[in-house]
Amino acid sequence: MDFNWNTEQSEFRAEVRAFLKANLPEHWESIAHGPGSVRQTRFAKRFCGALAEAGLLVPHWPAKWGGRDADPWTSFILAEEMWAAGEPRGGQYMNVNWIGPTLMRYGTEMQQEAYIPPMARGETLWCQGFSEPESGSDLASLRTRAELQNGCYRVSGQKIWTSYAGQADTCFLLARTASGKRGISILLIPMDTPGITVREIPSVIGEGDLHEVFFDEVEVPVNARLGEEGQAWEIVRAALSLERVGIPRFSLASRMLHRAIATLRQEGRFTPGVAMQASRAEAACEAARLYSYSITDQRCRGMPPGPQASVARFATVMAERLVAEFEVEHVPEALADGDAMMLAHHQRAIVAGIASGAAEIQLNLVASELLGLPREPR
Amino acid sequence: MEFALNKDQAALADALDKLASRFEEKPTDFHGFALESHKLESALEEGQYFDIARVDELGSVSAALAVERLARLPCTAEVAVSMLVRGQVDAELPRPCAFVEGTRPSRFAANAKSLLIADGEHISVARPDENHVMPVESIYAYPMGRLTGKPSREQLSHEVAAKVRTWLRIACAAEMAGLLQATIDSTALHLKVRQQFGRPLGTFQGLRHRIAECAVLTGGVRWLMLKAAATGSHGDAALALLHAQDTATRVIYDVHQMFGAMGMTLELSLHLWTFRMKALLSELGGREGQAAAVAHHCFAENEAEDSLRASQLMEDV
Repeated sequence: MDFNWNTEQSEFRAEVRAFLKANLPEHWESIAHGPGSVRQTRFAKRFCGALAEAGLLVPHWPAKWGGRDADPWTSFILAEEMWAAGEPRGGQYMNVNWIGPTLMRYGTEMQQEAYIPPMARGETLWCQGFSEPESGSDLASLRTRAELQNGCYRVSGQKIWTSYAGQADTCFLLARTASGKRGISILLIPMDTPGITVREIPSVIGEGDLHEVFFDEVEVPVNARLGEEGQAWEIVRAALSLERVGIPRFSLASRMLHRAIATLRQEGRFTPGVAMQASRAEAACEAARLYSYSITDQRCRGMPPGPQASVARFATVMAERLVAEFEVEHVPEALADGDAMMLAHHQRAIVAGIASGAAEIQLNLVASELLGLPREPR
Repeated sequence: MEFALNKDQAALADALDKLASRFEEKPTDFHGFALESHKLESALEEGQYFDIARVDELGSVSAALAVERLARLPCTAEVAVSMLVRGQVDAELPRPCAFVEGTRPSRFAANAKSLLIADGEHISVARPDENHVMPVESIYAYPMGRLTGKPSREQLSHEVAAKVRTWLRIACAAEMAGLLQATIDSTALHLKVRQQFGRPLGTFQGLRHRIAECAVLTGGVRWLMLKAAATGSHGDAALALLHAQDTATRVIYDVHQMFGAMGMTLELSLHLWTFRMKALLSELGGREGQAAAVAHHCFAENEAEDSLRASQLMEDV
């Protein structure tokens, strides 16, 4: 057991930090609020293009697709630094983390050629068409239909709470082609296909984050299907296992905590009581960080996904909550008009336990798979 | 970063599991609190386990893992200070050892051959005889004792005292990690087998989520403790013990609650672990003391505003 970074890892982190320092404009923090906004999406495309040129957008991808064949530590360090900086890649982090690798594994040659190179160049934004009005955590109950007619799928239904849909180029859509969990298929659909309507839902995170997406008899060629009919559940499970620990939210939380403490110290408001709350939040951030590192380490050793990923996710939710509560209680002025990045962090913290699988689902997985408790009757 | 045990650590863990398996059961006729095992102590002495931190291939992380493993047993022995703290002092410290804070009762103090005595920021070493200490009956599930006399003391330098305090924090966190895990394992088993309303308690979401949250917190304590044992950093140690004491505050009541009326009895092992944790909750200044140390070591006054913790990870080691 060794908690030291090796030279290669330290150098890579330094490289990413140097890139951020050189490429994030001074006003970056003022546009970080609203990860799906027109402004940030435009910025993210420029930023990701520059990252790609520097070889830092997809270093963990195979060289064939523009990567460096680097190990999972590289992608985790990259994600940690990006999130700590407020995630200047915007929604493109999804391409890098799981959409691209999923296409590499399950896509046809045509799909790979069409979609992977633009991702590797940082030119494209995707959205994931998963949740529906009646299917949130119970994703397998989704109703959006894709019926095969005359060599094409005709897609009808509604997706909701879809991040980045307003600016996305392509949708990674889950649609029903038959009944049951094994009756769900994946379609890769350009968002400018006739019959798709996107409506923004005002959200706490900021402009352009959440949307409703309506599919009205949208015609999709059969070759837009990823994998076989009914293979979606298997592919999504594999795709999300690439995410494993999810976003390293603790890195921004910890940075904002330290920023708040610096302010409080400067103003003589860092009392022992405040220090107690700050220390508890710091401990929670560090626990989440170490859980995430342990999973990255497992991944490097080729170990299969396990319940520890859910543990790490929930630990991160707890850390986010403690830091957000600290901000509200001790630096309320920052959340009014004082600090755009702290405001962005605070709003994103609310999302931590909801997006990408509710915290309660993670707790159920921990109970069943880590503690061996029998499942609830259905 | 490498989170797997190396070959030597894995072999040690196996050997400890084997040794611990002889002590897994609480004697059915024991209905008290301080369940001490001299046989466990002898077995550890015989296997030279108290010195594993000084073995190059094993080191302090292995010692911390050993303390955590042994704390999961229903019986107790003076392990943590001997394994993790004794080696930080140049002077020879015959064991058992005890850490004494003021006049409050201290774990293992009544039979200790060496004392680490805290007096404000200072720490002294003493070798007491029976006139200096007396046993104290208590609910704390450790053999407790109080310093009553004035044994001659040898004050440690400020630097060594700071180091000892840090390793006392790590030792306490390691013990707490084991105690917490024992309560989680025991409660999870209860929730699996105990049926109410026609189904196992563990199928009710109200309980599933509570025990899962406790398990997540407990695992976090373990990682923070192991990192602190690896780095020996003051800040890491304070963070680990703060999280341990914070987690224990939450878990103790939850696990008793989840056992229902059985949690009120002295028939199980549960109270042995939870009442040991209660003894540890106030050590080294309790959460307030750890928070002050975290503030001092992790939130440095001249810290660059946007310094990132990950870089500190590298500097700490």
